[in-house]
Amino acid sequence: MNIDWMMLLKAFCVGGIICVIGQILIDKTKLTPARILVAYVTLGAILGGLGIYKYLIDFAGCGATVPLTGFGNLLSKGVISEVSTNGVIGAFTGGIKAAAGGISAAIFFGYIASLISKPKIKKQ
Amino acid sequence: MIIIKKVGKQSYILSNPVNITSTAAIVGPKEKEGPLHQYFDQCLEDEFWGEKSWESAESKIIKETANMAVSKSGLATQEIDFCLAGDLLNQCIASSFGLREINIPFLGMFGACSTFVEGLLVGSTFIDGDFATNILCGASSHFCSAEKQFRFPLELGNQRPPSSQWTVTGSGCAVLTKNGTGPYITAYTPGKIIDMGIKDANNMGAAMAGAALDTLVTHFQDTGRSPNYYDAIFTGDLGYIGKDILIDLASSKGYNIKSNYNDCGVMIFDKEAQDTHSGGSGCGCIASVFSGYIYKQLQEKKYKKILLMATGALMNSTSSQQGESIPGIAHAVSIEI
Repeated sequence: MNIDWMMLLKAFCVGGIICVIGQILIDKTKLTPARILVAYVTLGAILGGLGIYKYLIDFAGCGATVPLTGFGNLLSKGVISEVSTNGVIGAFTGGIKAAAGGISAAIFFGYIASLISKPKIKKQ
Repeated sequence: MIIIKKVGKQSYILSNPVNITSTAAIVGPKEKEGPLHQYFDQCLEDEFWGEKSWESAESKIIKETANMAVSKSGLATQEIDFCLAGDLLNQCIASSFGLREINIPFLGMFGACSTFVEGLLVGSTFIDGDFATNILCGASSHFCSAEKQFRFPLELGNQRPPSSQWTVTGSGCAVLTKNGTGPYITAYTPGKIIDMGIKDANNMGAAMAGAALDTLVTHFQDTGRSPNYYDAIFTGDLGYIGKDILIDLASSKGYNIKSNYNDCGVMIFDKEAQDTHSGGSGCGCIASVFSGYIYKQLQEKKYKKILLMATGALMNSTSSQQGESIPGIAHAVSIEI
């Protein structure tokens, strides 16, 4: 099996920088985690819609697709391709269609986790 | 003859000091690791205490603490005229569910984290006014149920910002009686609602410091006392940030409280070892620190005169979401031996 070590390093750095920005926002601003998550999705959607985010994906692979900005990018990419095939209605259907796998998996595995585990107090 | 007990703007000197005959405190596992653990009657091993939910666990904590305080007082349950208790959960369900089988006339209290002292001052009024002979006061909070209600569900696993305080899992209860050998509640100053305009639910110490200052200064002005009249002044729960703000605000008003003042939210946890950020909070914080630690210091005469001042942030999650600021309140009672 061929492992592209350079790609792994780039994914690590880009994904890491995205998380570092989030950590700085938590520590230095009054933004709640929920707002930071929404801001990331929105930013990803805007960058995806403008066609900029794909360069980051080409460069860093999963380092750009796994963080929440990647989810935003996927939503706008889905909308763009659906609009080009089905017209304006695609603006409403495209995003969720493209992200269906991720959303369904999140609900499914979230449900399974809630069945087999019990919430705990946090350590700090 | 009618004796006027009110002095100054809003303070009251009791004609017959009200005896605190017994106290009890039960706390959770995090509090067990803290510096005051040997003073609590019981420390739990886990947050559920065999219950299905955190809310049920909190009800069990206040129920068992109340039973313990009553049994230590040597009184039968029927001899207790009122139970004054409250907590942080919607409609105070921790107290009303926990105490539904206690069989004592119940008055629910809500003053956020000031609930315990609110109960003490209402209870001592009833006793001094000859409406009651024995009264049970209590308050509780639970880290997990409070996080769920006021911030985010724990399952979300989000991080706590540096200014946030850690809600104490625990309960404190006290039995007040007409006769006894002390310590006694001798005076109190109920607080006004003060809004500093702070909107951050993760910085409640700063939001409540203004209310604490108002009640503190009013208490000194009304009674003619100064900070050194007391061996110790305790607030609960301003935490580290609010404590420093109060010291500065008080000194700007000409009251130096630096040497004999501490905050229950600062005392209950070891900030460095336990990583609780800005200290403890919650109804259960001042309730358990008073019922566990401070009461025993009074009994052992290590303190002879204290001012116990509980502060509350009068907000809920809806008001936070709607961008409202956080009104604060502080109630003070003088306890002397």
